[in-house]
Amino acid sequence: MNPNNEGGLLMRLLRLDLPLLLGLLMVSGLGLTVLYSAGQQNMDLVIGQGMRLGLGFAIMLTLAQLPPRYFRLWSPWIYLAGILLLLAVMVVGDISKGAQRWLDLGVVRFQPSEIMKLAVPMMMGWFFAEKPLPPRWLHLLGGVLITAIPFILIAEQPDLGTALVVGSAGAFALFLAGLSWMILFGLTALLGAAIPLFWTFIMHDYQRQRVLTFLDPETDPLGTGYHIIQSKIAIGSGGIYGKGWLNGTQSHLDFLPEGSTDFIFAAFLEEFGLIGGGLLLTLYFFVIARALYMASRAPDTYTRLLAGSVTLIFFLYAFVNTGMVSGLLPVVGLPLPLFSYGGTSLVTIMAGFGILMSIYSHRRTLTR
Amino acid sequence: MFAKSPVAEPLAREKDNTAESELFFRRALVMVLLVFLALLAVGGRLVYLQVLNHERFTTLADGNRIRVQPLPPTRGFIFDRNGVLLAENLASYHLEVTREQVQDLDATLEELRQRIELTDADLERFHKMTRRTPGYIGVPLRFRLTDEEIARLAIDLHRFPGVEIKADLTRRYPLGPLGVHAIGYVGRIDEGEMRRIDPGQYSGSTHIGKVGVERSHEDLLRGRPGWQQVETNAEGRPLRVLSRTPPTPGQHIYLSIDIRLQAVAEKVLEGYNGAIVALDPRNGEILALASQPTYDPNPFVNGIDFASYRTLNTSKDKPLLNRALRGMYPPGSTIKPLMALTGLEYGVVNRHSGVACPGFYRLPGSSHRFRDWKRSGHGSVSMDRAIAQSCDVYFYDLALRLGIDRTYQFLDQFHIGRPTGVDLPGEKGGVLPSQAWKRKSYNQNWFAGDTLSAGIGQGYFLATPLQLAHSTAVIALRGLQFQPRILYASEDPGTRVKTLAEPQPLPSVQVRDPRFWETITAGMVHVIEGGTAHRIGIGAKYRIAGKTGTAQVFTLGQSQRYDAKRLAKHLLDHALFVAFAPVDDPRIAVAVIAENGGGGSSTAAPMARKVMDAWLLSKYDALPEPIPAPDAAAHESE
Repeated sequence: MNPNNEGGLLMRLLRLDLPLLLGLLMVSGLGLTVLYSAGQQNMDLVIGQGMRLGLGFAIMLTLAQLPPRYFRLWSPWIYLAGILLLLAVMVVGDISKGAQRWLDLGVVRFQPSEIMKLAVPMMMGWFFAEKPLPPRWLHLLGGVLITAIPFILIAEQPDLGTALVVGSAGAFALFLAGLSWMILFGLTALLGAAIPLFWTFIMHDYQRQRVLTFLDPETDPLGTGYHIIQSKIAIGSGGIYGKGWLNGTQSHLDFLPEGSTDFIFAAFLEEFGLIGGGLLLTLYFFVIARALYMASRAPDTYTRLLAGSVTLIFFLYAFVNTGMVSGLLPVVGLPLPLFSYGGTSLVTIMAGFGILMSIYSHRRTLTR
Repeated sequence: MFAKSPVAEPLAREKDNTAESELFFRRALVMVLLVFLALLAVGGRLVYLQVLNHERFTTLADGNRIRVQPLPPTRGFIFDRNGVLLAENLASYHLEVTREQVQDLDATLEELRQRIELTDADLERFHKMTRRTPGYIGVPLRFRLTDEEIARLAIDLHRFPGVEIKADLTRRYPLGPLGVHAIGYVGRIDEGEMRRIDPGQYSGSTHIGKVGVERSHEDLLRGRPGWQQVETNAEGRPLRVLSRTPPTPGQHIYLSIDIRLQAVAEKVLEGYNGAIVALDPRNGEILALASQPTYDPNPFVNGIDFASYRTLNTSKDKPLLNRALRGMYPPGSTIKPLMALTGLEYGVVNRHSGVACPGFYRLPGSSHRFRDWKRSGHGSVSMDRAIAQSCDVYFYDLALRLGIDRTYQFLDQFHIGRPTGVDLPGEKGGVLPSQAWKRKSYNQNWFAGDTLSAGIGQGYFLATPLQLAHSTAVIALRGLQFQPRILYASEDPGTRVKTLAEPQPLPSVQVRDPRFWETITAGMVHVIEGGTAHRIGIGAKYRIAGKTGTAQVFTLGQSQRYDAKRLAKHLLDHALFVAFAPVDDPRIAVAVIAENGGGGSSTAAPMARKVMDAWLLSKYDALPEPIPAPDAAAHESE
């Protein structure tokens, strides 16, 4: 297989990977189709989301042009800025829905925690770049600290979903860095022991409630369990072939809450059935596998860890959301990437793919 | 912040990019596997939900979106025997408030009050109903909105969530009070009825027959509810109809009453509390069932206000009491023909036996005098004269010879003192006294004096006007007996096919010698022809058999005299009269009771004559104008 032939001249000029781009475009196209139906055939919604996707692809294209050395150079500064902004949020941030997440800059409101989703993988790559792998104990501690500081700051806001993403990004980086299996299992055991402490001291009431209703949604069918119950009904009633596009009753008659945002997967499955679901899961697998392959072709430690981590963040979004919507995982407010209506995380994810494209397309210039 | 310089370690390794690249590749492979397994788990979950549990979730999804709505049937109309409309349904609009959807009820009511007229009675009724209704069910606030009010409300009704204008059918009684005690009325289903009724039959219905024919023929009138499946959204708003089973409308019914005769009966009784019942003896059809005073049933349909109800309910004249069925009166002398028949049947007298009447009767070994209404006495009287002149002494003697239990056994066949089984609700029984009855009711022995009182229809004896009319009808037909009934026919509103109600025969009264009937009928004819009611016989174009009666309201002391002029009206005797006519071909039997009317011959008998004239000679007054429909009135005024 000659990598120079992949995608031909245009792709090489644009520094894009054709298979990955096609995968992303197919998922996005399917997402817009579903959104048209789930959003009650509101064309404004579809156009808005289309523009956001366009912006996302533009960011990806832009970042793909930048040589990875710039990312490496900026990594510690981006990370540091992110931490400072998180601290600023704690002091002057806006409170919405009981959580302090937003920083109001007069013109735009944005969530500094969003930066950390990319800043943590970058910082991890930067930190381990020149260190021998698998990491030593002391280096390991450094990596854990890099992850733990933003994790705690975000979890305190509280924003469990983003904290989970940021924490996982660090964990993925550690794993890809070659963290020994013994330590991995030891940490897993430690985490298991920490859950009761986490439950008692860190988690907020509404988060505990979410976990409890996840374990048995029927206990609160009109309150917090309503989302899960209605979502399962939408999915289950779709059957193998689905009710057909624009024919979903749960989504069209408003029984499915958040049907065009966090729970759009259920609206999709109701209309497209198991066949549609299988197709989408396959597409996601293809995108992730292709991205991991690209990461493994990266020339050095920094680019490998960064590329691998952002790919696994994408996986995390896809898995947590589909698992949540189908009742396999607790309700954690993570959108389905490239599907759910809404912009913030979309930009982050496409930026991640931009970095990946850059790393992949610059791989020879770096090594030689 | 993080030192870039290599950490000082004794066995510091060099970085080996090839080895690290291979390490990364292995780890990436592990992750690909993990990703595969994770997405496979989701896929497996989808199979579990969409294949294995598809049926269950389809049912749940349908349960979410499909609502079954009842379609209440249209209630049948009520007509008199000639097809005059007595009860109908009128399309009307009312304002309904669903409290659960209203944020500030008081403020909403206040704002509505500025747009339409809301009386205190409306609000009082509304608040009363809200206490008994769950918050998610709409409660009517104002009935019979005019077109103008609807227009005024419709402009900004969207500002009041939970407030809706609803179309419905309101029961209306166009003749108002006329015939109310027979027709009755419908009203909103109350809690007690809610427990009693079959909910399936009343799905979507708000009203039920409360009294009168509306209640007794509820099953015919109501019809059967239909259903429709509608698709609703999460807010419960119906979006489209999926399937529909139309309701079966109720039957129209025709009453045996002739409303013209009813009008005559109510008119002649005006000014008295009392009742007039007219039957066709040949089949038991009720031709008129008047009870005075009357009242307008229309306000009851959607809930009468408290003040008006209290006025009706606490009035001394008890307008709500259906005296024809539920008023219990001593039959007085009207019982005498039946007593005479009992005497003949048991052979204790024959029609020639005579009794000397000195104006009073004394039991052997007692000084107590039982008076005759005529202080001077009737002299020597036979059965015929005893009936015609209503001689009390004759019947004291007869009753004593019969004994109370034989009297009871024979008279019981006439449904005197027990329900006739008429198809009207709430019929009272009354009392046909016997030794066993007295022991059961008072735990006392029966005395000879009780027998004497019973012999002239006084004492414990109590009967309803309907029973008196019925027993008179039985005499008219020489023992043939039909259950009194008010249902004449029912009609399918779709096909207009009429089904006539069948006469319901009751066991006939058998006597040893059929000529006994002639004997007492002759006595009753002589009541009119030269007897106590001779004045009503004047100018009659047909022959009448009748019997006057006067029932004591209170017992005079031994030395007191009854002086009508000096007694308060409520202590005056009740005036009674029973009759049938024509004697040879009886077509009507009548019973009249005018409470505190004084004498049966002076007050009650002329009323009966007018009723019989109306029926037999078609002498009717013009009917009252139907009450105009409120909406029609509103249109006319525009």
